[in-house]
Amino acid sequence: MRTVITKKLPLREMYVWELPVRIFHWVNAFCITFLIITGFIIAYPPAILSGTGAQQFGYWFGYLRFTHLTLGLILIINFLVRFYWFFAGNKFAKWNNYVPLTKRQWKGIFETVKVDVFLLTPKPIYDIGHNSLAATTYLGVFVLIIVQAVTGLAMWSAASEAPGAGLFQDFLFKAGGFFFLRHLHYMVMWLFILFIIAHVYLVFYHDYIERNGIASSIIGGWKFIDERLAKDYVNELNATEELDKKKHEIKELEKEVKETKAKHNG
Amino acid sequence: MNKKGKTFYEELMAKGYSRRQFLKFCGLMGGMLGLQSTGVAQIVEALETKPRLPVLWYHFQECTCCSESFLRASHPVIEEILLELISLEYDDTLMAAAGEQAEWVRAEAMKENYGNYLMVVEGAVPLGSPGYCTIAGKSAKQIFDEGAKGAKAIIAWGNCACSGCIQAAKPNPTQAMPVHKLNPGKPVVNVQGCPPIADVMAGVITYYLTFDKLPELDNTGRPKVFYGRRIHDTCYRRPCYDAGLFVESFDDENAKKGYCLYKMGCKGPNTYNSCAIIKWNNNVSYPIQSGHGCIGCAEPNFWDNGPLYATLPAIEGFGIETTATKIGAGLTAVALGGVAAHAIVTNIQKRSLIKNRTDDISLNVEDNQEYCGELGKRMDNLNKKIDLIRKDQLTYLGGGYRPDKPSDEPKN
Ligand code: HEM
Ligand code: SF4
Ligand code: SF4
Repeated sequence: MRTVITKKLPLREMYVWELPVRIFHWVNAFCITFLIITGFIIAYPPAILSGTGAQQFGYWFGYLRFTHLTLGLILIINFLVRFYWFFAGNKFAKWNNYVPLTKRQWKGIFETVKVDVFLLTPKPIYDIGHNSLAATTYLGVFVLIIVQAVTGLAMWSAASEAPGAGLFQDFLFKAGGFFFLRHLHYMVMWLFILFIIAHVYLVFYHDYIERNGIASSIIGGWKFIDERLAKDYVNELNATEELDKKKHEIKELEKEVKETKAKHNG
Repeated sequence: MNKKGKTFYEELMAKGYSRRQFLKFCGLMGGMLGLQSTGVAQIVEALETKPRLPVLWYHFQECTCCSESFLRASHPVIEEILLELISLEYDDTLMAAAGEQAEWVRAEAMKENYGNYLMVVEGAVPLGSPGYCTIAGKSAKQIFDEGAKGAKAIIAWGNCACSGCIQAAKPNPTQAMPVHKLNPGKPVVNVQGCPPIADVMAGVITYYLTFDKLPELDNTGRPKVFYGRRIHDTCYRRPCYDAGLFVESFDDENAKKGYCLYKMGCKGPNTYNSCAIIKWNNNVSYPIQSGHGCIGCAEPNFWDNGPLYATLPAIEGFGIETTATKIGAGLTAVALGGVAAHAIVTNIQKRSLIKNRTDDISLNVEDNQEYCGELGKRMDNLNKKIDLIRKDQLTYLGGGYRPDKPSDEPKN
């Protein structure tokens, strides 16, 4: 067997995923997994064909629904924290990663489709954070989470006295009632299942072909990044910082000018 | 004419009822409407002193089950005297008159009570073509509009009038419309159900007569007192649901034991109504108590959310029995198959893939450089701006410094 060692590939370790991002990811993964399991049992409870009655089986189905709701609420709170981090986090966690607004992101999407779907080996755009295609699908996942949260809370409001439940109840009626929301909630569960299959597979696939430690990066936060990309990134950071400084300087100067003018005229 | 002046109380006395029966009725109404004892006193006073409400009852596209329900009110007290509560001026199904005579009665009743009568609408109004429901040369829409114009308020009685029921079920060939979509311009209360519970009607009318306004409605127009809770939250089989004990087929042991009907397609978890509290047929029973799931008859579009005996609705365009479960499972299988195929192809190709990253790594960094170049340009612009501001400032500090006019340079 031949041992392969790369010669020309200088790599840098970069800390990409900050702790809040990683916590969000794993809490999210845990909640969604068990929401799917408990939700599926709510939709298709097992048949119990023996036994004497309710007193023997207690409240297990009730507890199951309680678990589903609790996980749902954790999912929502977790997402709210992440929402804050869309603005407070580092460059790779910022909201604009997930919304394809720039030409570069669209190019990234097409290039990644070439690699992921058509298995081509073009000259790809390597990203330090998410690749643009993945980031855009995460936008879809965020939307699905919001849909589940809203439909879930609306269904919950039916039997809740909590403050604000009335609002969700009104929403429930206006949005087409239980029939529609329940069905939507159920269908979105399948979208989550499809996403999980694609997501887990593609993480391993990219780890395999890019070998940048993407799979373990969500545990420790570090990735192996090509030196050139890392350098570009540092340049960009410096440039942005300088731009900000200049902008600040201009503001100060303008203020000064205004004051002098006022003194001069008065 | 003077018959109209009569109060409910007078009417009852004339018919030979006792005061005791009258008070029983008032107490029952107060209880159902959730009023305090002072509220009951108000009801008593109103029914004793106020003339009965003139009611014009219209029938459009419907099966008349709602009238049947009204005439067979559940509670004995209500059953006997509900019809006396109102002054039913016109009801084409119930009245003896027919043909031109009936038309004449309606015209007269409208004239006499213009602006004061309650309009009860049973059935949906088809807009597709006047051919679907024309009475005495007038289309349903025309008749409805005429009736609504002179009405004080409208009671949409039953699912057809509230949200179209089966008349408006897909594909709704007659374009059947419920009352609230016809914009009648009058207050509308939706008394939902297919059919609705007569006691609810008694409650709504009593409330209206006593307080001169409609009871509090939810945002789909249903009175909250009667439609505030789901069947599921008031169902006596709920402990079985919470214990996870379900009927698996209508003839199994669990059905005999009276377990929860959730898996038989019970729509109780989706449906707001008071069947489980007021019940039907002299408070004897309601569908679930008789071993059949709720079909969701008090909800809009319940016909389009079938099948009746399945927990989840069928998905249109994929055949009658296709649920989201089948589609979801199918897509999941496809996804798993796709992933497996992808993994196989990747491994066949892996030589070139790995080679690409081993030595001769080509990297698309031009985009980044382009971006950094752009940043540089922005920086230049900012620097220029700073220069301009500096000069502007000097103008004032130096008392008239103009770099473009050398002659103006300050002398010192
Ligand atoms: C990834 C997210 C989620 C998934 C996959 C999921 C899945 C499901 C499924 C499959 C059902 C059963 C549907 C049925 O047949 O009735 C269900 C029911 C429900 N879910 Fe979720 N859910 C999620 C998030 C949430 C959230 C965030 C909430 C709200 C806090 C929530 C609240 C509910 C409620 C109240 C029900 C109805 C339970 C009942 O019938 O009493 N879910 N969910
Ligand atoms: S029978 Fe229907 S309404 Fe009653 S507990 Fe079961 S699902 Fe709910
Ligand atoms: S139990 Fe459900 S389907 Fe039956 S009458 Fe009541 S609301 Fe309608």
